[in-house]
Amino acid sequence: MTMNREGRPTAPGEVESTMPDTFTGNRALRIEEPVIFDVGTAEATGVDLPEPDSAVTSRLGGLERSEPLDLPGLAEPEAMRHYVRLSQKNYAIDMGLYPLGSCTMKHNPRLNEKMARLPGFADVHPLQPVSTVPGALKLIAECARWLCVSTGMEAVAMSPKAGAHGELCGMMAIKAAHAAHGEDRSIVLVPESAHGTNPATAALLGYKVVAIPARKDGTVDPAAVIERLSDDVAGIMLTNPNTCGLFERDIVEIAKAVHEAGAYFYCDGANLNAILGKARPGDLGVDCMHINLHKTFSTPHGGGGPGAGPVVLSERLSAFAPLPYVKMTADGPELIETLGDAEADGQKPFGRMTAFHGQMGMFVRAMTYMLSHGADGLRQASEDAVLNANYVRAGLQDVMSLPFGERPYMHEVLFDDSFLDDTGVSTLDFAKAMIDEGFHPMTMYFPLVVHGAMLIEPTESESKASLDLFVATLRDLVMRAKRGEVDRFKGAPWYAPRRRLDETAAARHPVLKWTPPEPQAADAAE
Amino acid sequence: MRYLPLTDTDRADMLQRIGVAAIDDLFVDIPEDVRLKDLVDLPKAAGEMSVERQMSKMAAKNVAAGSVPFFVGAGAYRHHVPATVDHLIQRSEFLTAYTPYQPEISQGTLQTLFEFQTQVAGLTGMDVANASMYDGSTATAEAVLMAHRLTRRKKAVLSGGLHPQYREVVRNLSDMAGDDLVCLAPDPAGTEAILDEIDNDTSCVVVQTPSFYGQLTDLTAIAEKAHAHKALLIAVVTEIVSLGALQPPGAMGADIVVAEGQSIGNSLNFGGPYVGLFATRQNFVRQMPGRLAGLTTDAEGRRGYVLTLSTREQHIRREKATSNICTNSGLCALAFTIHMTLLGAAGLKRLAMLNHQSAVKLADALAGVPGVEVLNESFFNEFTIRTPKPASDVIEALAEKDVLGGVPVSRLEPDDDDLANLIVVAATEINSDDDRQAYAEALTEVLA
Repeated sequence: MTMNREGRPTAPGEVESTMPDTFTGNRALRIEEPVIFDVGTAEATGVDLPEPDSAVTSRLGGLERSEPLDLPGLAEPEAMRHYVRLSQKNYAIDMGLYPLGSCTMKHNPRLNEKMARLPGFADVHPLQPVSTVPGALKLIAECARWLCVSTGMEAVAMSPKAGAHGELCGMMAIKAAHAAHGEDRSIVLVPESAHGTNPATAALLGYKVVAIPARKDGTVDPAAVIERLSDDVAGIMLTNPNTCGLFERDIVEIAKAVHEAGAYFYCDGANLNAILGKARPGDLGVDCMHINLHKTFSTPHGGGGPGAGPVVLSERLSAFAPLPYVKMTADGPELIETLGDAEADGQKPFGRMTAFHGQMGMFVRAMTYMLSHGADGLRQASEDAVLNANYVRAGLQDVMSLPFGERPYMHEVLFDDSFLDDTGVSTLDFAKAMIDEGFHPMTMYFPLVVHGAMLIEPTESESKASLDLFVATLRDLVMRAKRGEVDRFKGAPWYAPRRRLDETAAARHPVLKWTPPEPQAADAAE
Repeated sequence: MRYLPLTDTDRADMLQRIGVAAIDDLFVDIPEDVRLKDLVDLPKAAGEMSVERQMSKMAAKNVAAGSVPFFVGAGAYRHHVPATVDHLIQRSEFLTAYTPYQPEISQGTLQTLFEFQTQVAGLTGMDVANASMYDGSTATAEAVLMAHRLTRRKKAVLSGGLHPQYREVVRNLSDMAGDDLVCLAPDPAGTEAILDEIDNDTSCVVVQTPSFYGQLTDLTAIAEKAHAHKALLIAVVTEIVSLGALQPPGAMGADIVVAEGQSIGNSLNFGGPYVGLFATRQNFVRQMPGRLAGLTTDAEGRRGYVLTLSTREQHIRREKATSNICTNSGLCALAFTIHMTLLGAAGLKRLAMLNHQSAVKLADALAGVPGVEVLNESFFNEFTIRTPKPASDVIEALAEKDVLGGVPVSRLEPDDDDLANLIVVAATEINSDDDRQAYAEALTEVLA
């Protein structure tokens, strides 16, 4: 190819077969976006900052950085384009149905965002004088009150930073309660259908985990629990509604047996969004339960976080809630931050889960959502979530396979892969084909209790029309699988920003950061 | 209720299609006697205007940091965040995405996490970083557990310069996990004899830099002694902007660096959500907690990213998992990485020097106030002063004069009388000469 002095072609030349269709790699306005390290430079910057005052001498004690920092910057317009283009390679709830069972992606109202950015909430320091933050403390107390009242519980630990952190908090409260009674119990019962975080949490605290198998109908058998109870059992960790989308209908009996054995009942509250306003965990015999604010109360999850996992506690455990907490008094909210103040208040906190007070920004968003819905709206939301899940179940049950039969499911419905038997199409292939249809796939291969699980959770923020299209699309995919269009599935996704990615290679030789390209041999020789 | 799209007609049609008569027929598994018949004792739905009014009223009761001369730090810092950052993180495709479980349609999130990991590794001087933790304090506790797994030893030595609330978070988790902690006494001036505590039972030494009190310490000697005893050095950074000016912990021998990333891209938010940074050496990768984004290729050979090494995690290993963590601070990490990209090396260095100079000027101004002593000779953007009166009274009196003058150490260390007159004071690039002068004048009046 003939080139000019800048190395630009001056004649068309031959196109090599490996060349992409277009010079920029553009496909339907989607330009390949390099990493910042390929395009930025150490001198470039997108911020205007004043010149440091050279008259002031440094007091850095001889610890000044000796090697220059090698991180690229981009000017503001370049940075804007880089991240806007990257954003366009994401699927999001604002673009369409996101039926991730057990993860629950519902509408994220922008009013929540607006309220969280009020300077009185966003621009307040956790350690500025308490006298300057009465509104922030009131917000925490108000949010705590809504969580306690709607779950029928005595107290709430607001500070846990995510659902799994809340699990840890709840199990720590149980451990502290046993210790206060002079007991050192070593076993925690965890049903097989539990979230993987449950056994991990119990093990982190030094407990031995004993699994409880699921009954044929997907729920926990009280007899199986009773059989494993002893005075060495600290507690049970049960998810309700469970990860098969079913309400544990023997929960009251299970709780009673657990209490009689001197143990506590931890309920994984990840799926609270199905029953809020319809039943209260406190009435079911639950001693502690974390609440994922993003699931039940619509705070955004931004590609995986932040979360917030307040833990509601029964009367039996409320004294052990961690520091800090906000106490409502006649004079207004009071912040209890130290062990001494808590003891004076008659409490026995087991410790501190995090620096500062927890995910305030998430409390603001959740509170905004709770006020918007009100008690009546929260109840309606649960009903609609359950209605939507069962509508999807009814629309698909004759062509897909329900491991636990045609019965009411809660907020999510679980299919297995037996409807794909002999088609050559796997759950993974089926999920990837959904991408080509413009849907985010459902949760795959979880829970582990059924083969090739597909867990679908539409949530209450989907319309009937949206569900009708979803059902029709899945039915069409089932027919294509049964017709033998295997290649279509095996090759999917065809129309996503990326084709199927090699996860095995990524794990075998982990490349976790950008490294400069190897210098060319010619350069090295110079 | 504008968030619920179903109409009553829809609901009736759908119930019919499902084949039940009423919605409660779908709730039959909840035992009758515990099913709620009536609404709980809480208010009913409110419209957008009403909610906005209620929330704004609560917010207005607080003194926003930006409305007064503001010098509060101690683990959370007020910096200027470019408008571009908040705009970009509010794009629907970032804000309303979930965990990138389907990498083919999550490349935006995954690539930004890969860039984030590279930036954090570079800043801290380490080989690898994860895709973020809840915050700095929980990251510190996880680092201590990781050191326990790597060394199979239980004794962790915590410096007295560590943020007292970080210490309590570590203590909480360690106590429950059966670790033995050696916590040194609070160390405002950086004179503790931490080397004496390191022996062959030590799993790790945890040192904050700059310390909670602002003091700068060369970590090299601590790293050397720790390594001589096959223990690990965990460096904790609560003011990540400092690494624009200071030697990174990796260059001083740290094995794990944990940090609070709030300072870059994120607001104060009354304590959260923040973003924990976690970086370590290459050979420790498989014991590192948290999510990781890794590079790979797709079926057409194009560069792409996936979540990787999740076999360490609770998804697969359950009770044998490295940790129970199954999330990260995705959106806060995004804010961090965007702000960091806007800064670049040149911008971060300049920002760091502006912070340092702001603090030097403030230290000189406060040292000139009768009765006030500045305890630290070397510091970054934060230092400790001793006042002739109890610090909590001083801070309250300053607040009445509309100056938020720092954190009385007694708020976090209430049981140590020697610390009762100490205030941790932070200055950043947002403070003007007028702010600093207002502080010095108000403090003079308060102490008069």
